[in-house]
Amino acid sequence: MTGYIVPAILILATALALHKKEDAYGLLVTGAADGLKLLLSIIPTLVILLTAVTMLRSSGGIEHLSRWLSPVFRLFSIPPETAMLVLIRPFSGSAALAVGAELMATYGVDSQIGRTAAVMLGSTETTFYTVSVYFGAAGIQRTRYTIPAALIADLTGFVMSSLTVRLLFP
Amino acid sequence: MLMAWIWLVVLLFSVISGIFSERTIDLGAAIAEGSQKGISLAIGMAGSMCLWSGVGTLMDRAGLTGLLAKLLRPLLHRIFPGTRTDPALERDLSANICANFLGLGNAATPMGIRAAKRMTDPRQPQTATDQLCRLIVLNTASIQLIPATVAAIRSQLGCAAPFDILPAVWITSLCSAGLGVTAAWCIGKVWRT
Repeated sequence: MTGYIVPAILILATALALHKKEDAYGLLVTGAADGLKLLLSIIPTLVILLTAVTMLRSSGGIEHLSRWLSPVFRLFSIPPETAMLVLIRPFSGSAALAVGAELMATYGVDSQIGRTAAVMLGSTETTFYTVSVYFGAAGIQRTRYTIPAALIADLTGFVMSSLTVRLLFP
Repeated sequence: MLMAWIWLVVLLFSVISGIFSERTIDLGAAIAEGSQKGISLAIGMAGSMCLWSGVGTLMDRAGLTGLLAKLLRPLLHRIFPGTRTDPALERDLSANICANFLGLGNAATPMGIRAAKRMTDPRQPQTATDQLCRLIVLNTASIQLIPATVAAIRSQLGCAAPFDILPAVWITSLCSAGLGVTAAWCIGKVWRT
Protein backbone atom coordinates (compact mmCIF):
# COMPACT_ATOMS: atom_id res chain seq x y z
CA MET A 1 0.00 0.00 0.00
CA THR A 2 2.64 2.53 1.09
CA GLY A 3 4.49 1.79 -2.14
CA TYR A 4 1.71 3.61 -4.02
CA ILE A 5 1.36 6.65 -1.77
CA VAL A 6 4.50 8.26 -3.14
CA PRO A 7 3.84 7.84 -6.87
CA ALA A 8 0.25 8.96 -6.27
CA ILE A 9 1.53 12.18 -4.69
CA LEU A 10 3.90 12.70 -7.64
CA ILE A 11 1.15 12.23 -10.23
CA LEU A 12 -1.29 14.44 -8.35
CA ALA A 13 1.23 17.26 -7.98
CA THR A 14 2.24 17.15 -11.66
CA ALA A 15 -1.37 17.02 -12.88
CA LEU A 16 -2.40 19.91 -10.63
CA ALA A 17 0.55 22.02 -11.77
CA LEU A 18 -0.22 21.39 -15.44
CA HIS A 19 -3.86 22.22 -14.79
CA LYS A 20 -2.72 25.58 -13.40
CA LYS A 21 -0.54 26.05 -16.51
CA GLU A 22 2.65 25.91 -14.44
CA ASP A 23 5.85 24.47 -15.90
CA ALA A 24 5.90 21.34 -13.75
CA TYR A 25 9.25 20.11 -15.06
CA GLY A 26 11.00 23.44 -14.59
CA LEU A 27 9.66 23.67 -11.03
CA LEU A 28 10.99 20.20 -10.22
CA VAL A 29 14.44 21.14 -11.48
CA THR A 30 14.59 24.47 -9.60
CA GLY A 31 13.38 22.80 -6.42
CA ALA A 32 15.95 20.02 -6.81
CA ALA A 33 18.70 22.64 -7.01
CA ASP A 34 17.48 24.06 -3.69
CA GLY A 35 17.60 20.56 -2.20
CA LEU A 36 21.21 20.22 -3.22
CA LYS A 37 22.06 23.55 -1.59
CA LEU A 38 20.34 22.42 1.60
CA LEU A 39 22.31 19.17 1.58
CA LEU A 40 25.57 21.02 0.97
CA SER A 41 24.89 23.21 3.99
CA ILE A 42 24.49 20.22 6.34
CA ILE A 43 27.45 18.11 5.11
CA PRO A 44 30.15 19.74 7.31
CA THR A 45 28.10 19.25 10.50
CA LEU A 46 27.23 15.72 9.43
CA VAL A 47 30.93 14.84 9.09
CA ILE A 48 31.97 16.37 12.42
CA LEU A 49 29.08 14.89 14.37
CA LEU A 50 29.29 11.42 12.86
CA THR A 51 32.95 11.42 13.92
CA ALA A 52 31.86 12.14 17.49
CA VAL A 53 29.03 9.60 17.44
CA THR A 54 31.24 6.86 15.96
CA MET A 55 33.80 7.45 18.71
CA LEU A 56 31.11 7.32 21.32
CA ARG A 57 29.71 4.11 19.85
CA SER A 58 32.99 2.22 19.47
CA SER A 59 34.21 3.22 22.94
CA GLY A 60 31.05 1.75 24.45
CA GLY A 61 29.99 5.20 25.68
CA ILE A 62 26.55 4.99 24.06
CA GLU A 63 25.86 1.67 25.80
CA HIS A 64 26.76 3.19 29.17
CA LEU A 65 24.52 6.17 28.52
CA SER A 66 21.52 4.09 27.53
CA ARG A 67 22.05 1.73 30.46
CA TRP A 68 22.02 4.64 32.93
CA LEU A 69 18.98 6.22 31.36
CA SER A 70 17.01 3.05 30.71
CA PRO A 71 14.79 3.29 33.85
CA VAL A 72 13.47 6.67 32.71
CA PHE A 73 13.02 5.50 29.13
CA ARG A 74 11.25 2.31 30.18
CA LEU A 75 8.83 4.45 32.19
CA PHE A 76 7.74 6.12 28.94
CA SER A 77 8.17 2.85 26.97
CA ILE A 78 10.74 4.42 24.66
CA PRO A 79 13.58 2.04 23.62
CA PRO A 80 16.63 3.07 25.73
CA GLU A 81 18.90 2.54 22.71
CA THR A 82 17.48 5.79 21.29
CA ALA A 83 18.63 7.77 24.37
CA MET A 84 21.28 9.79 22.49
CA LEU A 85 18.79 10.73 19.78
CA VAL A 86 16.11 11.82 22.25
CA LEU A 87 18.64 13.92 24.19
CA ILE A 88 20.13 15.71 21.18
CA ARG A 89 16.98 16.16 19.05
CA PRO A 90 15.64 19.38 20.67
CA PHE A 91 19.05 21.10 20.39
CA SER A 92 20.52 20.33 16.99
CA GLY A 93 18.85 19.07 13.83
CA SER A 94 21.98 17.89 12.03
CA ALA A 95 23.35 16.24 15.17
CA ALA A 96 20.06 14.35 15.50
CA LEU A 97 20.34 13.33 11.85
CA ALA A 98 23.85 11.98 12.46
CA VAL A 99 22.83 10.11 15.62
CA GLY A 100 19.68 8.73 13.95
CA ALA A 101 21.56 7.57 10.85
CA GLU A 102 24.10 5.82 13.03
CA LEU A 103 21.30 4.09 14.99
CA MET A 104 19.66 2.89 11.77
CA ALA A 105 23.00 1.59 10.47
CA THR A 106 23.86 -0.17 13.74
CA TYR A 107 20.52 -1.85 14.44
CA GLY A 108 19.29 -2.11 10.83
CA VAL A 109 16.87 0.19 8.98
CA ASP A 110 13.97 -2.23 9.30
CA SER A 111 14.58 -3.11 12.95
CA GLN A 112 12.28 -1.82 15.67
CA ILE A 113 14.95 0.59 16.90
CA GLY A 114 15.90 1.73 13.40
CA ARG A 115 12.28 2.45 12.52
CA THR A 116 11.60 4.19 15.82
CA ALA A 117 14.62 6.43 15.23
CA ALA A 118 13.34 7.25 11.73
CA VAL A 119 9.84 8.12 12.96
CA MET A 120 11.32 10.25 15.75
CA LEU A 121 13.41 12.19 13.24
CA GLY A 122 10.46 12.63 10.88
CA SER A 123 7.94 13.80 13.43
CA THR A 124 9.81 16.12 15.77
CA GLU A 125 11.63 19.42 15.35
CA THR A 126 14.70 21.15 16.72
CA THR A 127 12.64 22.79 19.48
CA PHE A 128 15.21 25.14 21.03
CA TYR A 129 16.40 26.29 17.63
CA THR A 130 12.85 27.07 16.52
CA VAL A 131 12.10 28.91 19.76
CA SER A 132 15.25 31.03 19.49
CA VAL A 133 14.70 31.88 15.81
CA TYR A 134 11.07 32.96 16.26
CA PHE A 135 11.45 34.77 19.55
CA GLY A 136 14.69 36.37 18.44
CA ALA A 137 13.07 37.71 15.27
CA ALA A 138 9.96 38.93 17.09
CA GLY A 139 12.03 40.52 19.89
CA ILE A 140 10.43 38.49 22.68
CA GLN A 141 12.25 38.35 26.03
CA ARG A 142 9.66 36.66 28.23
CA THR A 143 8.77 33.32 26.69
CA ARG A 144 6.29 32.40 29.48
CA TYR A 145 5.13 28.78 29.11
CA THR A 146 6.29 28.19 25.51
CA ILE A 147 9.22 25.91 26.34
CA PRO A 148 7.37 23.58 28.74
CA ALA A 149 4.50 23.26 26.25
CA ALA A 150 6.89 22.59 23.36
CA LEU A 151 8.71 19.96 25.41
CA ILE A 152 5.37 18.26 26.16
CA ALA A 153 4.87 18.08 22.38
CA ASP A 154 8.38 16.60 21.97
CA LEU A 155 7.85 13.99 24.67
CA THR A 156 4.53 13.02 23.06
CA GLY A 157 6.40 12.66 19.76
CA PHE A 158 9.01 10.33 21.25
CA VAL A 159 6.45 8.19 23.08
CA MET A 160 4.14 8.00 20.05
CA SER A 161 7.04 7.12 17.71
CA SER A 162 7.84 4.09 19.83
CA LEU A 163 4.17 3.17 20.13
CA THR A 164 3.21 3.52 16.45
CA VAL A 165 6.25 1.53 15.30
CA ARG A 166 5.41 -1.24 17.76
CA LEU A 167 1.77 -1.31 16.62
CA LEU A 168 2.28 -0.90 12.86
CA PHE A 169 5.36 -3.14 12.51
CA PRO A 170 4.83 -6.01 14.92
CA MET B 1 28.93 27.79 22.01
CA LEU B 2 26.65 25.07 23.33
CA MET B 3 27.73 22.67 20.59
CA ALA B 4 31.41 23.25 21.45
CA TRP B 5 30.74 22.05 25.01
CA ILE B 6 28.71 19.07 23.83
CA TRP B 7 31.57 18.17 21.47
CA LEU B 8 34.14 18.33 24.29
CA VAL B 9 31.95 16.26 26.64
CA VAL B 10 31.42 13.62 23.93
CA LEU B 11 35.17 13.37 23.26
CA LEU B 12 36.07 13.09 26.96
CA PHE B 13 33.28 10.62 27.63
CA SER B 14 34.42 8.43 24.70
CA VAL B 15 38.04 8.41 25.88
CA ILE B 16 37.03 7.58 29.46
CA SER B 17 34.67 4.77 28.40
CA GLY B 18 37.39 3.51 26.07
CA ILE B 19 39.98 3.37 28.85
CA PHE B 20 37.67 1.56 31.27
CA SER B 21 36.36 -0.89 28.70
CA GLU B 22 37.39 -4.55 28.78
CA ARG B 23 37.95 -4.55 25.03
CA THR B 24 40.90 -2.82 23.41
CA ILE B 25 39.51 0.05 21.47
CA ASP B 26 41.13 1.98 18.62
CA LEU B 27 39.55 5.41 18.84
CA GLY B 28 41.82 6.73 16.10
CA ALA B 29 40.28 4.27 13.66
CA ALA B 30 36.81 5.24 14.86
CA ILE B 31 37.55 8.90 14.10
CA ALA B 32 38.73 8.14 10.58
CA GLU B 33 35.74 5.88 9.96
CA GLY B 34 33.21 8.33 11.38
CA SER B 35 34.27 11.29 9.27
CA GLN B 36 34.11 9.19 6.11
CA LYS B 37 30.64 7.98 7.13
CA GLY B 38 29.47 11.60 7.07
CA ILE B 39 30.43 11.98 3.43
CA SER B 40 29.07 8.57 2.36
CA LEU B 41 25.77 9.34 4.05
CA ALA B 42 25.54 12.75 2.39
CA ILE B 43 26.25 11.32 -1.08
CA GLY B 44 23.76 8.52 -0.56
CA MET B 45 21.09 10.99 0.51
CA ALA B 46 21.67 13.49 -2.30
CA GLY B 47 19.32 11.90 -4.83
CA SER B 48 16.20 11.74 -2.69
CA MET B 49 16.89 15.11 -1.07
CA CYS B 50 17.02 16.77 -4.50
CA LEU B 51 13.97 14.97 -5.79
CA TRP B 52 11.77 15.71 -2.78
CA SER B 53 12.81 19.30 -2.57
CA GLY B 54 11.75 19.55 -6.24
CA VAL B 55 8.43 17.87 -5.52
CA GLY B 56 7.84 20.21 -2.59
CA THR B 57 8.32 23.24 -4.82
CA LEU B 58 6.04 21.67 -7.42
CA MET B 59 3.27 20.94 -4.91
CA ASP B 60 3.48 24.47 -3.59
CA ARG B 61 3.10 26.08 -7.03
CA ALA B 62 0.52 23.50 -8.15
CA GLY B 63 -1.91 25.09 -5.71
CA LEU B 64 -1.73 22.47 -2.99
CA THR B 65 -0.81 25.22 -0.56
CA GLY B 66 -3.95 27.18 -1.39
CA LEU B 67 -6.14 24.09 -1.10
CA LEU B 68 -4.63 23.20 2.25
CA ALA B 69 -5.09 26.74 3.50
CA LYS B 70 -8.80 26.49 2.69
CA LEU B 71 -9.11 23.19 4.54
CA LEU B 72 -7.18 24.54 7.51
CA ARG B 73 -9.16 27.77 7.89
CA PRO B 74 -11.76 26.57 10.46
CA LEU B 75 -9.05 25.02 12.63
CA LEU B 76 -6.83 28.07 12.27
CA HIS B 77 -9.64 30.37 13.44
CA ARG B 78 -10.06 28.26 16.57
CA ILE B 79 -6.38 28.00 17.53
CA PHE B 80 -5.50 31.59 16.58
CA PRO B 81 -8.51 33.88 17.18
CA GLY B 82 -6.49 36.79 15.78
CA THR B 83 -6.82 35.36 12.26
CA ARG B 84 -10.57 36.05 12.28
CA THR B 85 -10.03 39.79 12.10
CA ASP B 86 -6.59 40.02 10.50
CA PRO B 87 -6.45 38.59 6.95
CA ALA B 88 -2.70 39.26 6.59
CA LEU B 89 -2.01 37.22 9.73
CA GLU B 90 -4.24 34.44 8.41
CA ARG B 91 -2.34 34.40 5.11
CA ASP B 92 1.12 34.29 6.73
CA LEU B 93 0.10 31.65 9.24
CA SER B 94 -1.46 29.27 6.78
CA ALA B 95 1.47 29.75 4.39
CA ASN B 96 3.82 28.89 7.25
CA ILE B 97 1.92 25.74 8.19
CA CYS B 98 1.52 24.61 4.57
CA ALA B 99 5.19 25.14 3.69
CA ASN B 100 6.20 23.13 6.75
CA PHE B 101 3.72 20.45 5.69
CA LEU B 102 5.31 20.20 2.25
CA GLY B 103 8.79 20.06 3.75
CA LEU B 104 9.86 23.52 2.54
CA GLY B 105 11.43 24.54 5.84
CA ASN B 106 13.42 27.40 4.32
CA ALA B 107 10.27 28.94 2.87
CA ALA B 108 8.24 28.38 6.04
CA THR B 109 10.44 30.28 8.49
CA PRO B 110 10.21 33.83 7.01
CA MET B 111 6.40 33.61 6.85
CA GLY B 112 6.24 32.23 10.37
CA ILE B 113 8.38 35.09 11.62
CA ARG B 114 6.11 37.61 9.91
CA ALA B 115 3.11 36.01 11.60
CA ALA B 116 4.94 36.01 14.95
CA LYS B 117 5.64 39.73 14.67
CA ARG B 118 1.95 40.44 14.06
CA MET B 119 1.01 38.41 17.13
CA THR B 120 2.98 40.50 19.63
CA ASP B 121 1.02 42.74 21.96
CA PRO B 122 1.92 46.42 21.35
CA ARG B 123 1.45 47.16 25.07
CA GLN B 124 3.97 44.48 26.10
CA PRO B 125 6.11 43.94 23.00
CA GLN B 126 8.66 41.76 24.80
CA THR B 127 6.23 39.25 26.28
CA ALA B 128 4.99 36.25 24.33
CA THR B 129 1.22 36.30 23.82
CA ASP B 130 -0.88 33.14 24.15
CA GLN B 131 -1.26 32.94 20.38
CA LEU B 132 2.48 33.28 19.88
CA CYS B 133 3.14 30.44 22.33
CA ARG B 134 0.75 28.25 20.39
CA LEU B 135 2.41 29.18 17.08
CA ILE B 136 5.82 28.11 18.38
CA VAL B 137 4.45 24.85 19.78
CA LEU B 138 2.77 24.09 16.46
CA ASN B 139 6.03 24.78 14.63
CA THR B 140 8.10 22.62 16.96
CA ALA B 141 5.72 19.68 16.48
CA SER B 142 6.62 19.46 12.76
CA ILE B 143 3.68 18.14 10.75
CA GLN B 144 5.14 16.88 7.48
CA LEU B 145 3.59 15.08 4.52
CA ILE B 146 6.87 13.56 3.28
CA PRO B 147 9.75 13.34 5.78
CA ALA B 148 12.20 13.43 2.85
CA THR B 149 15.49 13.63 4.74
CA VAL B 150 14.73 10.60 6.88
CA ALA B 151 13.50 8.63 3.88
CA ALA B 152 16.74 9.57 2.11
CA ILE B 153 18.83 8.19 4.98
CA ARG B 154 16.77 5.00 5.04
CA SER B 155 17.14 4.32 1.34
CA GLN B 156 20.85 5.09 1.51
CA LEU B 157 21.17 2.38 4.17
CA GLY B 158 19.56 -0.14 1.83
CA CYS B 159 15.95 0.01 2.94
CA ALA B 160 13.61 -1.54 0.38
CA ALA B 161 10.58 0.57 1.36
CA PRO B 162 11.90 3.83 2.84
CA PHE B 163 8.41 5.33 2.96
CA ASP B 164 6.75 2.54 4.93
CA ILE B 165 7.10 4.72 8.04
CA LEU B 166 4.76 7.39 6.60
CA PRO B 167 1.58 6.40 8.52
CA ALA B 168 3.57 6.17 11.76
CA VAL B 169 5.10 9.61 11.15
CA TRP B 170 1.72 11.16 10.37
CA ILE B 171 -0.01 9.70 13.44
CA THR B 172 2.91 10.68 15.67
CA SER B 173 3.17 14.29 14.53
CA LEU B 174 -0.61 14.81 14.66
CA CYS B 175 -0.63 13.53 18.25
CA SER B 176 2.31 15.66 19.34
CA ALA B 177 0.93 18.79 17.67
CA GLY B 178 -2.53 18.15 19.14
CA LEU B 179 -1.30 17.46 22.64
CA GLY B 180 1.25 20.29 22.49
CA VAL B 181 -1.33 22.89 21.47
CA THR B 182 -3.82 21.54 24.03
CA ALA B 183 -1.16 21.72 26.72
CA ALA B 184 -0.30 25.28 25.69
CA TRP B 185 -3.99 26.15 25.82
CA CYS B 186 -4.47 24.70 29.31
CA ILE B 187 -1.30 26.25 30.73
CA GLY B 188 -2.26 29.57 29.12
CA LYS B 189 -5.57 29.54 31.02
CA VAL B 190 -3.87 29.41 34.42
CA TRP B 191 -0.63 31.28 33.64
CA ARG B 192 -0.73 34.87 34.92
CA THR B 193 1.95 37.50 34.05
